[in-house]
Amino acid sequence: MRHDQDLSIIQVKRPAEPGALSNAIAFGWRAVLKFKHVPEQLFDLVMTPIMFTLLFTFVFGGALAGDVDSYLTYFLPGILVQTVVFNSVYSGMALSTDLEKGLFDRFRTLPIWSLSPFAGLMVGDVIRHMIASLIVLFIGMLLGFRAEMGILGVAAAFGLLLIIGFGAGWVFIVLGLLIRTPNTVMTLGFTGIMPLVFASNIMVDPSTMPDWLEWFVEINPVSHMTTAMRGLMNGGITWDVFFLALLVPVLLTIILAPVTLWLFRKE
Amino acid sequence: MKKDLNQTHNHSPNDSQWAISAKGIVKRFATNVALNNIDLEVPQGMIFGILGPNGAGKTTLLRVLSTLIKPDDGSAKVMGHDVVTHAHDVRLSISMTGQFASLDEELTGRENLMLQAKLLGFRRQAGKRADDLLHAFELEAAAQRQVKKYSGGMRRKLDIAASLVVTPEILFLDEPTTGLDPKARKGIWRMIRALAEQGVTILLTTQYLEEAEQLADRIAVIDNGKKIAEGTVRELKTAAGSGVLRVTLTNPRQMEEAEKILATSLGNSVNQNAEGGVLSARAESTEAANQTVAQLIESGIGLDGFAMESASLEEVFFALTGHGLINGETNDEINKEGVENEA
Repeated sequence: MRHDQDLSIIQVKRPAEPGALSNAIAFGWRAVLKFKHVPEQLFDLVMTPIMFTLLFTFVFGGALAGDVDSYLTYFLPGILVQTVVFNSVYSGMALSTDLEKGLFDRFRTLPIWSLSPFAGLMVGDVIRHMIASLIVLFIGMLLGFRAEMGILGVAAAFGLLLIIGFGAGWVFIVLGLLIRTPNTVMTLGFTGIMPLVFASNIMVDPSTMPDWLEWFVEINPVSHMTTAMRGLMNGGITWDVFFLALLVPVLLTIILAPVTLWLFRKE
Repeated sequence: MKKDLNQTHNHSPNDSQWAISAKGIVKRFATNVALNNIDLEVPQGMIFGILGPNGAGKTTLLRVLSTLIKPDDGSAKVMGHDVVTHAHDVRLSISMTGQFASLDEELTGRENLMLQAKLLGFRRQAGKRADDLLHAFELEAAAQRQVKKYSGGMRRKLDIAASLVVTPEILFLDEPTTGLDPKARKGIWRMIRALAEQGVTILLTTQYLEEAEQLADRIAVIDNGKKIAEGTVRELKTAAGSGVLRVTLTNPRQMEEAEKILATSLGNSVNQNAEGGVLSARAESTEAANQTVAQLIESGIGLDGFAMESASLEEVFFALTGHGLINGETNDEINKEGVENEA
């Protein structure tokens, strides 16, 4: 420490105590900075969906749907659901990293709104979901995808995607709070997500599957989300399909948000 | 706001208001008792050291006092605010620097300080405040570098800087120099002393006896979740016996005879130095050492030299956590409640 500076460092007046919103904005600012410093996280996020889109469309598309264009129409809304659900793992990993590094200990000794760190996670999520989904949509359009319901349909679909991401995020935030090794959160997360994504109607029409699997696909919430996304983008959405898609994200939020608070404050 | 730094400039030990006063703190983790009935009173404006081996409960105690965890029993006040019922008020008067640099590795040093500043209510001034701190801590050159590229010493400095965005009344430092090289360690020590001179009360934990000796005005020794001693370094050393008597013989053939005299006179086992002709043994007091040297000379043993080496704090600590203190060589100044409980 420079000795000539000692006094100037010490004699700072504490500014007026910031409000909850101001705390939340500060954490949101941090989340935005992360994209600046770790742009490669976006690469991780979009590579899998882009590979899936190319692979399924060109390798399996013809066999599954007769021709590539029809398959893309069927597949793209679903791959967006997969993108968002995969991405929601990152919140849990980020949280787990902060906990592991002791960063949350510092936050928890500050005179701030105790839940504001989660606001930062949410901001990060929204940015991640939007960027990744837009890139996947863009690739799809390059390959020939056209949303029949136009821009409004796509906008509504992206709204649904955010809700899905928000709901799924809680699962991994809870995992992140319970498990303080980011890699374990990722491994556990993907282990849980993989069967949900593959045993759904994202890639393949379930009517070709054995009965027991078809039954699982029918109750799999990822299928409901995919059906609603198809309805919003390609037409044919009904209210019951829409509400069915919202059911699990809403339930997850109602159940896991209080669990998150409880885990966070438990110590 | 709510902050009068002049208050903390009072160094008088008679100050009636304690910076920290804790009574009967108990914290259990499953079956393990991490803190067993800890009492602690820290006057304002002091560097107070908590000394103990790994797993003694130092960090747990700091976590209780900094509102991170609630005690299972007992109560603690920090700047007069209860850590459980008035945690927010406590947080307004403290800063906590954890054992592992609690920084965002992906952000730059400047951004880490700015985040801290924004969280504490700085707005347009956040950048200015960050720059001032970076300058004061000689980190300007690394300001725009991501923290993951910082050395251990730089991280520590930045970590402490982050704790000073708003000058706290009490600064908690959990093992501030663990893992640092000697040069970085000295730098941190200088910084801690400079802060104390400005009236910041500092509570630090350490497992380095030298660090406690260099920095702390007063030390509490903690072992197995219990406070086993408290006092100034001098008091603790006196309590543990004053040191080691080392004699160099003129004639190495008198070794055996000299060893016998040392052993009987001091009542402790005698070490033979590998070089030969040098003997050393623990002496409980300077008087005992003087008498022993006199006896050696009376017995006709030629000495090239003799020296009383003051007990290292390692020896003090061994004495405190082993049997030394229980055997009764305590100083009245030393708080030995913990020992009596244990005995």
